Amino acid sequence: MGIIIDQNKCSGCGLCVKSCPFDVIQIKSRKDENKLHPRYKNIAVILEGCTLCGACVEACPVDAITVTREKKEPAATIKDYKGIWVFAEQQDSVVQEVALELLGKARDLAGKLSAEVTAVLLGDKVAKEADRLIHHGADRVILVEDPVLKDFLDEPYADVLCHLVGEYKPEIILMGATTIGRAFASRVAARIHTGLTADCTDLDIDPQSKILLQTRPAFGGNIMATIHTEHHRPQMSTVRHKVFKPLEEDKSRKGDVVKVAYPGKIVSRSRIIDIIKDKTQQVNLTDADIIVSGGRGLGKPENFELIREFAEVLGAAVGASRAAVDANWISYSHQVGQTGRTVAPKIYFAIGISGAIQHQVGMRSSDVIIAVNKDPHAPIFDIANYGIVGDLFQVVPELIKQLKK
Amino acid sequence: MKIVVCIKQVPDTTEVKINPETNTLVREGVESIINPFDMYAIEEGLRIKERLNGEVVALCMGPPQAEAALKEALSLGCDGAVLLTDRSFAGADTLATAYTLSRGIKSIKDVDLIICGKQAIDGDTAQVGPGIAEMLDLPCITYVGKVEEIDDKHIKAYRMMEGGYNVIEASVPCLITVVKEINEPRLPSLRGKMNAMKAQITKWSAADIACEVDRIGQMGSPTWVRKIFAPPKREKGMIFKGEPPDTVGGLLSALKDKGVL
Repeated sequence: MGIIIDQNKCSGCGLCVKSCPFDVIQIKSRKDENKLHPRYKNIAVILEGCTLCGACVEACPVDAITVTREKKEPAATIKDYKGIWVFAEQQDSVVQEVALELLGKARDLAGKLSAEVTAVLLGDKVAKEADRLIHHGADRVILVEDPVLKDFLDEPYADVLCHLVGEYKPEIILMGATTIGRAFASRVAARIHTGLTADCTDLDIDPQSKILLQTRPAFGGNIMATIHTEHHRPQMSTVRHKVFKPLEEDKSRKGDVVKVAYPGKIVSRSRIIDIIKDKTQQVNLTDADIIVSGGRGLGKPENFELIREFAEVLGAAVGASRAAVDANWISYSHQVGQTGRTVAPKIYFAIGISGAIQHQVGMRSSDVIIAVNKDPHAPIFDIANYGIVGDLFQVVPELIKQLKK
Repeated sequence: MKIVVCIKQVPDTTEVKINPETNTLVREGVESIINPFDMYAIEEGLRIKERLNGEVVALCMGPPQAEAALKEALSLGCDGAVLLTDRSFAGADTLATAYTLSRGIKSIKDVDLIICGKQAIDGDTAQVGPGIAEMLDLPCITYVGKVEEIDDKHIKAYRMMEGGYNVIEASVPCLITVVKEINEPRLPSLRGKMNAMKAQITKWSAADIACEVDRIGQMGSPTWVRKIFAPPKREKGMIFKGEPPDTVGGLLSALKDKGVL
């Protein structure tokens, strides 16, 4: 286990230093390192903080770097794990769109693995949703119904899913990267001791090893990383809304519904005592197709009305930059960015938002970004697909007027 | 009440830039900060302590430099600071990190409440908090925007959902992860800074907290980064300048042409 630099080969060229995403390689004098070489004066040295990512191995022109990972013999049971599961997250007994999107992707992966797709539906009186899951690509629905499972709570959900994993041994489990999915997936992975990759933006199957390749952004989207779980099963991923597309609903699709009873009483040390709906938002930010966000350029809270009006014309959700939230113009639940929500709608309008890096990391994976700003040098224009340089108080009313036509 | 706040030292992403030639992060001269969400966790810990009496211990896993983050936590008013530092912790994924922190919390002993930030801004996984709760067999409330009630037996908190809040009651001891909305972090006082300078930071190695060697660091990490690459570049945008009726008209017809609207 570790990273080794072959001191006979390293020329001290420094290409590895540039390739290192974690900045933990330094070129040092061979004399100081006591590794003299007849031709080369310098040598690369790995500092603390190396994650063994292997970026330098590819960058090295003289093949002087090797990364080795202690090979655990794959557990004999790994091949017992088969099939792809999608956690069919429900709220108010309605399956969330993200679960349907995952079923679409699961079908694609299942084709590459010749595997079955199973949707796992936990709740109370949710059986009516099973058909919809089958119509969107599930071959089978595992259904567990219990009053305790009505709304999501960490412990009972984890108890039930871990039990099901033990019984049925799925190879892959996909969940939405929602408030529920992120907490739930992590708890399950920790209990069954397997790998979990958050917020994947791409999933594929390695043609040789048949391992799930999970690609996700890191460092606020500055780099992409492909991650895999080699020696543990199931392989688990969470995926944000809107990353994958659901299949067209096919009402002729057939599948099995397997009702499973949890052995014993499901207990929880926490309980939901109230559910409060956000009335300031007509459309959910996280699963909106279009988002209109306002920022500092609005000048005062009343001007958010203009954003709301524009959003209404488009059927869009209303977002905001941190500056607008910190000024108390709009509530935190609308904040897009590093310390708010991360969104990826089809169209993102940034109105009067300069586009600081913290805002960009929360919205840069939107399909189309449209910026309106009076400052032609605002950083938002660097990532915008379309932009209007101008006074938003003239531009937005004009947009509303022309769109209404 | 004994409260542990888990913090992480992260690069300040406002200063992280990409080298356009190599497409890698330029980390030189980038300052390390306490993960922003963890600042809210520290503040909430301090506020609860001020209401109920007790102590707040800041806990961090990281290289020796992470001591700076713990000093900052002390300057804000934390009563103790523990750094879990050991070369064998390196390369930990979220599972190994959660395990290591859970061992640290066990060694701190008799902890009533653990507070974590929702997620760290470098990894953005939000997995470590719930992972710790599982490993310590505690109930967990994530994405907490408000702690309404807390005593030594129970906690009532608002969990922020996609379309509103769930009000959740859980037994104590428990773990919560917090979002920005929960409070406004204080600034360190002069006295706090002085105290922090003098304070000793407890340093524990893997052996000190009795870690199983195959559950920490890279050995204990089921996930493995196989490849790192630059994200696809965005194409240069189409920018309209001029009088609003024209710019708006230009934009809308471009959007129609491309089938966006």
